[in-house]
Amino acid sequence: MTYVIIGAGPAGVTAADTLRKADPKADIVMIGSEPEPPYSRMAIPYVLTGLIAEEGTYLRKEEGHYDKNAIQYRQGEAESIDPKNKVVKLKGTDDQPYSKLLIATGASPVKPPIDGLDLKGVHHCWTLEDCRNIMKFADKGADVVLMGAGFIGCIIMEALAERGVNLTVVEALDRMVPRMMNEAAGNMVKAWCEKQNVNVHTSTKVTKLEASKDPEDTLVVDLDNGKQIPAHLVVVATGVKSNIDFVDGAGLKTDQGILVDECMRTSVDDIYAAGDCAQGPDFSTGGWAVHAVQPTAVDHGRIAGLNMAGKSAPFKGSLNMNVLDTVGLISASFGKWDGIEGGDHAEVIDTENFKYMRLEFDGDKIIGALSLGRTDQIGVLRGLIQTEIALGPWKERLMENPHLIADAYVACSQQ
Amino acid sequence: MAWAKKLLRVNLTAGTISEEALNMDWANKYLGQRGLATKYFVEEVDPKVDPLSPDNKMIMATGPLTGTCASTAGRYSVITKGALTGAIACSNSGGFFGNEMKNAGYDMVIFEGASKTPVYLFIDNDNAQLIDASDMWGTSVWDTEDKIKSDHQDPMIRVASIGISGEKGVKYACVVNDYHRAAGRSGVGTVMGSKNLKAVAIRGTKGVTVKDPVRFFEAANAGKAVLAGNPVTGEGLPAFGTQVLMNVINETGALPSQNHRDVQFDGAHAISAEAMAEPRESDGKPNLVRNAACFGCTIACGRISTIDRTHYTVAERPEYQVASGGLEYEAAWALGAATGVDDLDALTFANFICNEQGYDPISFGATVGAAMELYEIGAITDKETGGIELKFGSAKALTDLAELTGKSEGFGAEIGLGSKLLCEKYGHGELSMSVKGQEFPAYDSRGIQGMGLTYATSNRGACHLRSYTVASEVLGIPEKTDPLVHEGKAGLVKAFQDATAVFDSAGICVFTSFAWSLEDVAPQIDAACEGDWSVETLLEVGERIWNLERNFNNAAGFTAADDKLPERLMKDAAKTGPAKGLTSQLDKMLPEYYQLRGWTADGVPTNETLGRLGL
Amino acid sequence: MQKSLSIDPDKCTGCLQCELACSYDNENAFNPAKSRIKIFTFHDKGRFVPYTCTQCYEAWCMHACPVDAITLDKGTGAKIVHDNLCVGCKVCTIACPFGTINYNADTGKVIKCDLCEGEPECAKACPTDAITYVDANWTGLEKMRAWAEKTDAGQASA
Repeated sequence: MTYVIIGAGPAGVTAADTLRKADPKADIVMIGSEPEPPYSRMAIPYVLTGLIAEEGTYLRKEEGHYDKNAIQYRQGEAESIDPKNKVVKLKGTDDQPYSKLLIATGASPVKPPIDGLDLKGVHHCWTLEDCRNIMKFADKGADVVLMGAGFIGCIIMEALAERGVNLTVVEALDRMVPRMMNEAAGNMVKAWCEKQNVNVHTSTKVTKLEASKDPEDTLVVDLDNGKQIPAHLVVVATGVKSNIDFVDGAGLKTDQGILVDECMRTSVDDIYAAGDCAQGPDFSTGGWAVHAVQPTAVDHGRIAGLNMAGKSAPFKGSLNMNVLDTVGLISASFGKWDGIEGGDHAEVIDTENFKYMRLEFDGDKIIGALSLGRTDQIGVLRGLIQTEIALGPWKERLMENPHLIADAYVACSQQ
Repeated sequence: MAWAKKLLRVNLTAGTISEEALNMDWANKYLGQRGLATKYFVEEVDPKVDPLSPDNKMIMATGPLTGTCASTAGRYSVITKGALTGAIACSNSGGFFGNEMKNAGYDMVIFEGASKTPVYLFIDNDNAQLIDASDMWGTSVWDTEDKIKSDHQDPMIRVASIGISGEKGVKYACVVNDYHRAAGRSGVGTVMGSKNLKAVAIRGTKGVTVKDPVRFFEAANAGKAVLAGNPVTGEGLPAFGTQVLMNVINETGALPSQNHRDVQFDGAHAISAEAMAEPRESDGKPNLVRNAACFGCTIACGRISTIDRTHYTVAERPEYQVASGGLEYEAAWALGAATGVDDLDALTFANFICNEQGYDPISFGATVGAAMELYEIGAITDKETGGIELKFGSAKALTDLAELTGKSEGFGAEIGLGSKLLCEKYGHGELSMSVKGQEFPAYDSRGIQGMGLTYATSNRGACHLRSYTVASEVLGIPEKTDPLVHEGKAGLVKAFQDATAVFDSAGICVFTSFAWSLEDVAPQIDAACEGDWSVETLLEVGERIWNLERNFNNAAGFTAADDKLPERLMKDAAKTGPAKGLTSQLDKMLPEYYQLRGWTADGVPTNETLGRLGL
Repeated sequence: MQKSLSIDPDKCTGCLQCELACSYDNENAFNPAKSRIKIFTFHDKGRFVPYTCTQCYEAWCMHACPVDAITLDKGTGAKIVHDNLCVGCKVCTIACPFGTINYNADTGKVIKCDLCEGEPECAKACPTDAITYVDANWTGLEKMRAWAEKTDAGQASA
């Protein structure tokens, strides 16, 4: 038996470790396309801030982890899959045969069709290499323009701000973190960021980038509101898409990502998918979605590994959730934070102190939540949603004070 | 280090808040809480001040052990000139408020002046602000606490507030924290109300440290072991609460009944701890839900109770069909024995209302008892009571008056005067069972002689918590003395008074003294606090505090003539029980007490005494 | 035999000695706000519920950590946060459905119960045995016994 995993991110590594535990004797091959040992993109901002060195991003810290667990780590980029002959074709190197295959190739940042994005001084913040490039430019006092104030953009923003750059954020939509936050919360984040001396332009598009000679090696960023912003560095964080182009022709059903069932199986025998490239069951909708977040990636990896090893482990579906630190203001969103038609909601806004909590209900169950300025026991929101606790009398109390989430969870689950 | 070494001064007139370093010279002489705050108070306030004038001040103070893991160490006290008494007032409360103040980084908060409009003080660690409380004025303690937590979106905020009774000047209003723990006596809540201060809300997350952690944990753990091994603090109080005393004191013949006409109460069992544990007919559940602890308390004497859902007081009112602070012994006595009411649910309901609207159940129940006697002799009639048939034993009269007094409406406004002013108003001052204007608690001075001297000399008016000689005279702690004899009680009272002042100044609960002597307390204070704190040092601190308070009262106009008991206790002998035929022998104990204290025959500390104590 | 914390809310008086012991052990100060164990108070029911990490087998926090900063202590079964590796990303705090791993803004790291290397201070400090540290199997047995008693009671009243 040879398990092959394409991709060495959190989903791939978790799957490899899970497979090793579940099937001690099998061969396991993990294929990564970057030169470094498997690392976490989520940790890159902390390299930028100087909190950790590059080694701090590595997914496994134990010395010789992969060797010790007989996980063969191969460098290479997958070119295509041949399901009939059960091989993965790799660019410029030998094919990799498999008995069972996991596709965990993640996602990549997209470049919007704007002139000048290929200029020197324009970077994504996606790989460790990107990180090194950004660090060259993002010195204290440097002018930096961040395109995109989505989830990933905001994570990078935090790190750039901490480096002491003069930061301007440009977001095309009408608020910050639009896919994670409603208007009230998004505006609160914007107000907070502005208070921390970050320039934020929402409902604004970058129209063009030009090289500038004054000073040498800088850029000018044109905005659709007519403004021009000078920049030593432009960081592009305008969204990501699943890395699935290479599976064309393999017969896998795809949509936003590779469609998988509750066991992480694709439409083709013995091929599984997990993480940012997989469109798996969505706990909240009962449909299929790409939830490109760390907890989903590891859940996918674990479930895929178990099922590949023949242990039946159906997945209840991933919960869309995010936690974000925007220059010190911490926010979290869970599930259907935008609610459902006919459902009740509870909301408290404390603009002055940057605190916000909104709960969305379906009957007497919580189905989604959005919070700003609170970290204590925030995980119970996942518990409340995923265990589908019937709140009974606690619904009324939460409607009055949604900050009683932990009390409600303990009361309903521990009594 | 134990002390936060910082206090907050809030001028309500000017609306200003400032921080000050704690006066450590004073802390070394007065320890903290009761002692240290009283020192600040007497230094800053004219003894002749009208308690309800803006010139009176109010101090909320913790002790050095408050917030540590010493058992019971979550206490704070409210120090002011009492609205009920005009004497120095110091009311102590448990719950979880004191430790929160210490965790916010303050040993005490001094309130001065009076706000023009209702406000509350919100302390979030270093950020303190006065916030408009207009929308809370006219609401209960319970609603105020809920609203503040909800407004700040933080269920962990600790709140001490006054109810409507405190706003409207009921003379014995309390400051209530954590829904049902109270700085209960002498009208400290009335003073707070006069300042238009509705509440103090605190969130403190800074942490409390001690001088020598290793030694402190040893001492604190040793102390906890002593409490756990003691029959009173290890068994009686956790199982039965203070209510363990109801049947005991009744059998001792020292349970004052019907405004102290009797020393035993036929209904004692019906309102006792044992009764609270008996299943009810309606739902098979007992009144007592469970015992509950204040911060850090390994005794957990608190009662959490429910009222029978079919009882007339709550049958139509689901908001009271919940668990809340149940009857403690003193409250059960005042609401029950003092009024002759033996309906446990009615007592529990009245107790809930006392907590909800923030007034002292001891003074309230005793005042209702006095009013019942006035009614019986015809000094007041249905006209004054607004149609309430104010007979001894009437549960309905008790619960109706509880609600009226809580809102200071109708005849409740007169009950809110306290027994002294009420009885004087209707021409029978002799029927007020009080000292210095404060009603007696639940021990009769005829059946327990030491308590007569305790009451007469208590610096805050009649009170059992200034020297609880019941411990010795009834329970045999630290050694048994005969409750019926007066010999030796002067020395006993002095020793209890001085030691208790230390407990009250340290941040711990006086109930620990059932098991702890200062030999147990000193090592805990010594390991926590800078300086050397031996038993001898502490005893001197205790005696110093007692004389400091006495000096203030003397300067406020009190004299030896105020160290007296009502004639009923001096002249009408006990009718039943072990003390049958006995009156209080206060006149024999008092001169000896003055002498032992180093006071003149007029009850004034001599210069020699003051010099010895460094006053 | 591996042990685990056994919690019996019926015995809890809400004194917070566990929070004091926990915070002192971890923060060198008595500070309930920084305790890894928390007492939930339901005052209108007169109920106190001690609540902390159950060191669950799923260990969502551990799996979700992007930098391997949470590991299993094989001796105690505790999931341990390594401060030198934790970057403070907070992903574990949303991944844990019990809300028992929390971000400490003062240190920029997350905190959770680590079972005090096999001698939990909370259990030692509890005056009423509401929190005990016992054989993992034994807690299961007790639960089964309690359940059996409930069943018996049901039959008796039927």
